[in-house]
Amino acid sequence: MDKFTKVTGVAAPLMRQNVDTDLIIRIERLVDNVGREGLGPYAFEQIRFKPDGSENPDCVFNQEPYRNSPIILSRENFGCGSSREGAVWALKGMGIKAVIAPYFGDIFNNNCFQNGILPVPLPIEDVEQLADEMKASPGNARVTVDLENCVVISPTGRTIPFKVDARRQHAMLNGLDDIAQTKANQDKIEAWQAADKSARPWVWL
Amino acid sequence: MGKALFDKIWDSHVITDLGNGFILMHIDRLLLHDMSGGKAMKEAIEKGYDPVQPRLIYATPDHTMSTKPGRTEKTHPPGEPLIKSMRETTGKYGIKLFDLGQDGNGIVHVMGPEQGLTLPGTTLVCGDSHTSTHGGMGALAYGIGASELVHVIATQTMVQRKPKRFRVSFDGKLQPGVTSKDMILHLIGDVGTAAGTGFAVEYAGSAVRALPVEARLTLCNLTIEMGARTGMVAPDDTTYEYLHGRDYAPKDAMWDRAVAYWRTLPTDPDAEFDREHTIDMAKVAPQITWGTSPEHVIAVDRAIPDPAMAGDKRAAWEAALQYQGLEPGKPIEGTKVDWVFIGSCTNSRITDIRAAAEIVKGRHKAEHVTAWVVPGSERIKKQAESEGLDRVFLDAGFEWREPGCSMCLASNGERVPPGKRSVSTSNRNFVGRQGPGARTHLASPAMAAAAAIKGAIADVRKF
Ligand code: SF4
Repeated sequence: MDKFTKVTGVAAPLMRQNVDTDLIIRIERLVDNVGREGLGPYAFEQIRFKPDGSENPDCVFNQEPYRNSPIILSRENFGCGSSREGAVWALKGMGIKAVIAPYFGDIFNNNCFQNGILPVPLPIEDVEQLADEMKASPGNARVTVDLENCVVISPTGRTIPFKVDARRQHAMLNGLDDIAQTKANQDKIEAWQAADKSARPWVWL
Repeated sequence: MGKALFDKIWDSHVITDLGNGFILMHIDRLLLHDMSGGKAMKEAIEKGYDPVQPRLIYATPDHTMSTKPGRTEKTHPPGEPLIKSMRETTGKYGIKLFDLGQDGNGIVHVMGPEQGLTLPGTTLVCGDSHTSTHGGMGALAYGIGASELVHVIATQTMVQRKPKRFRVSFDGKLQPGVTSKDMILHLIGDVGTAAGTGFAVEYAGSAVRALPVEARLTLCNLTIEMGARTGMVAPDDTTYEYLHGRDYAPKDAMWDRAVAYWRTLPTDPDAEFDREHTIDMAKVAPQITWGTSPEHVIAVDRAIPDPAMAGDKRAAWEAALQYQGLEPGKPIEGTKVDWVFIGSCTNSRITDIRAAAEIVKGRHKAEHVTAWVVPGSERIKKQAESEGLDRVFLDAGFEWREPGCSMCLASNGERVPPGKRSVSTSNRNFVGRQGPGARTHLASPAMAAAAAIKGAIADVRKF
């Protein structure tokens, strides 16, 4: 897995509620065999592009200075809906490293940690203030997300702490692979299975 | 203190405590479908991880093929490579695949319970958010992402953090025209799409106990739309009657042993929940969504709501009404409809099809409406045909199609055209879900059938 320690950059305010994973990546793009790496150009295509394929100037990702932002700011329930991990790959493909929102869809949240993208939960007041500070100083304002110290630093230098599970923090900072960690427990898995086969034999087809 | 159903299943599947609130959980069933399953298998193999328990893995293609009568995997060419790769990878390890046209094929969340693969007290995962459906059997079922899928293939386990517990009690009797689809839509409207985030939900109460298994599956299906990854109903005699004799369910002496175990699973009377919510079914009428989130829902006899009343959701409501082409204050009943879709893992089971057929029988769809019925599995299709239900729909001008996800998500060339309005029995009315620009209203099968007949959103109680 990719490591994540810290990112500093422009944060794009996509200030809407319930940004669902259908909006982040359309399902057809996951049928067409684009692969994990090629999804960036299709991220948010429904709002980034008009039906004729030209850029929609109203979309924040088409506006300066947000075009290549590594951070997204959004409202409640970002990443709700479908379990498609393609949503995270698409964000990664467009260069996103962290998303800051009050809370996230549960499956999306897990998928982020599997791919080195950091979902940062902050109260809506803080997210709104970050968005305001970005807009107040276009071109100069930067946001920092620091996973080691679990803080966000706002464009005006405010330090806002956030919470992350210690296990996930450790895995992200060190780029650890879940499967390798689990395989280290192989003895315990086998012992559990042997016991279960006699306790619930009907489960074992 | 007593334990909840959820805790009993959870505790019995902990292999080891990983610290910091995480555990390693055993997974009893992994279900694969063609969108996420085949790819995950390929990825696992490429990374050098062979499936460790192929006999606990079952696969069915459902997402990417056409449901046109007489279809093959070639009918919608973009899906063909996914289906082929699924065949190859499952074949290599002897994983059971219910292939197109075979008995057992169907939408993955229809197939599991139908085949008796989904059992009470088991843990089940699938690369699909509506895996919560299987909770209707008393299983702990989660939708997971692609990386987690590879993890399960490679280890038959998952790293999990314990969610909090949320019990929703539906009390009283269902009113005429009200189904479990209306129960869950009403609940989501009541508590919002994020109420379940971080929770495992248990559905309880007299109205739930009275539901047949298929209706419980519908109830659990939409759990993810309130933000919870898993929803469940405690197993009882209704569950056992449904399961008994199904292909993969335990048999004979093993059956008795299993039932004795399952009877220990329901929530103890003194178990505690982190959150409780109660709904009085006497007050719930048939529901229909008006907006672009499942929480945008009203009783069918109500007016389209005014965003001025929405508080901090005002902007979202305004955008939803604009996308849907609706005006606040007008009755929703009578809104002209172009498409009707009866299908999806929410509402494509035999009881759903019978409920729709009952409304349709002896009537004809409105001229301007395109109406599809897509049964959830091969077996359901055959059952419906043996009851003559296909004729009921065909005579009424509906299309009777092959099983699959179809117009639930538009990944198979089957879409509602831009700007057209659809009444759908599926579970998501998101912007563009049924195709770019498509306007979706979620409702029960009977409500969808009524809309097809009227050519407009209709109140099923008037039929
Ligand atoms: S029917 Fe729809 S919601 Fe259900 S599995 Fe298929 S695409 Fe997903």
